[in-house]
Amino acid sequence: MGKFKGKIKPKQDIPTSSMPDVVFMLLFFFMVTTQLRETAIDVQQRIPEATQMRKLLRKSLVVNLYIGEPRKIEQFGKEPKIQVDDQFIEPKDILLWVNRQRDMIPENERDQMTVALKVDEEAKRGIIADVETELRKANARKILYNTLAKREDK
Amino acid sequence: MADIAFLLLTFFLVTTTIANDRGLSIQLPPPPEAQPPEDIKVQERNMFKIQINSSDALLVEGEPMSDVSGLKEMIKKFIMNNGMDPQSSDSPEKAIVSYKTDRGTSHKRFIEILDIIQGAYYDIYAERAGVTNSRWRELSSDLSVPENQVLYDKGRGRRPDGTIEIPMQLSIAEPTKVGN
Repeated sequence: MGKFKGKIKPKQDIPTSSMPDVVFMLLFFFMVTTQLRETAIDVQQRIPEATQMRKLLRKSLVVNLYIGEPRKIEQFGKEPKIQVDDQFIEPKDILLWVNRQRDMIPENERDQMTVALKVDEEAKRGIIADVETELRKANARKILYNTLAKREDK
Repeated sequence: MADIAFLLLTFFLVTTTIANDRGLSIQLPPPPEAQPPEDIKVQERNMFKIQINSSDALLVEGEPMSDVSGLKEMIKKFIMNNGMDPQSSDSPEKAIVSYKTDRGTSHKRFIEILDIIQGAYYDIYAERAGVTNSRWRELSSDLSVPENQVLYDKGRGRRPDGTIEIPMQLSIAEPTKVGN
C-alpha cells in the first residue's frame, strides 16, 4: 500500500496526434459529396418542403430549370423569372433550350430525360404552368419539383 | 500537414452545395395539339375534385377545407371504395383525382397538396406490396433490379394483360386565370 505518493496531477492537454486523421476524414467527406456549382443562381430559391419524395438516380439525365424572384430586384424587377444555365429566358425559349439539352444526352436515353424544376415557394402557379405547357410541347414530360424533406410528425 | 488539410477543408466547406436531387416527380400529359380535346365523360362519382384558388384556399369535393390532415385518408377511401359508397368511386381503375389550381396559387401550397395526393397513392401501393412507404418510393425509382419490378407490379396490381389495377390517375388541370 505504499503506492500513494501525494496528489496525482491529471494530464490536462488533449492529444492532438489524431487531428490530421479527423480533418482528412472531413475533407474527404466534403470532396465526395460536393458538387461544384457551374452556374450562379440569380433567382430566389426557397425550396418548399414535402414528404413523398422520389430520388433521381441518373444525374446525367437531369437538367435544371430555376424559377423565382430575381435576386437583383433593382435590375430585373420583382416578377418571378425563369433561369436556365446562366441566363434568364422567356417561356417561348424553352423549346429550343430543351432540344439543345436533349442533344447532349446519348441517343438511347433521350426519352428518360428529366427536367428538375427548382421553384421558389413564393412563385405563382401561373408562370410554372406556362413552363409546363412549353415542356409538353418540347415533349420533355418527365418532370420533378425539387423539394426538401419535411420532418414527419409520426 | 494539418494546415493544408484545413485549408482544403475550408475551401470545400464554402463551395459545397449538398446535391439535392429529390422531389415530387410527375409525368406531364402529351402536347396539347397532339390529341384533339375529346369530351371524355367521366362519371361524377369517379372524380375526386381538389381545387385551390388564388388566395391558397382549398376546396375539396365542393366543400371548403382548412385543415388538410384528414385529406389523405379521404383520398385513400375514395380510391379504394370499389363501389361500396354510391357517392364514391366505382373501382380504383376508374378513380381520378382532379387537381385544379389558379394562376395565383403559390407553389408552396401546390406542393403541399400534391404531396398529400401522391402520398395517398404511395401508401396504398406500399401496403399492397408489403413494404413501407419510403421503401416503396425507393424501389419504384430503380426498376432495373428484378425484385423491385416484382414488388412494383404487385403494389400497383399489374394484370397479365399489362393493365394496372390501381393506376395513379392524377389530372392536373391548366390553372384558371383569376390571380396572376
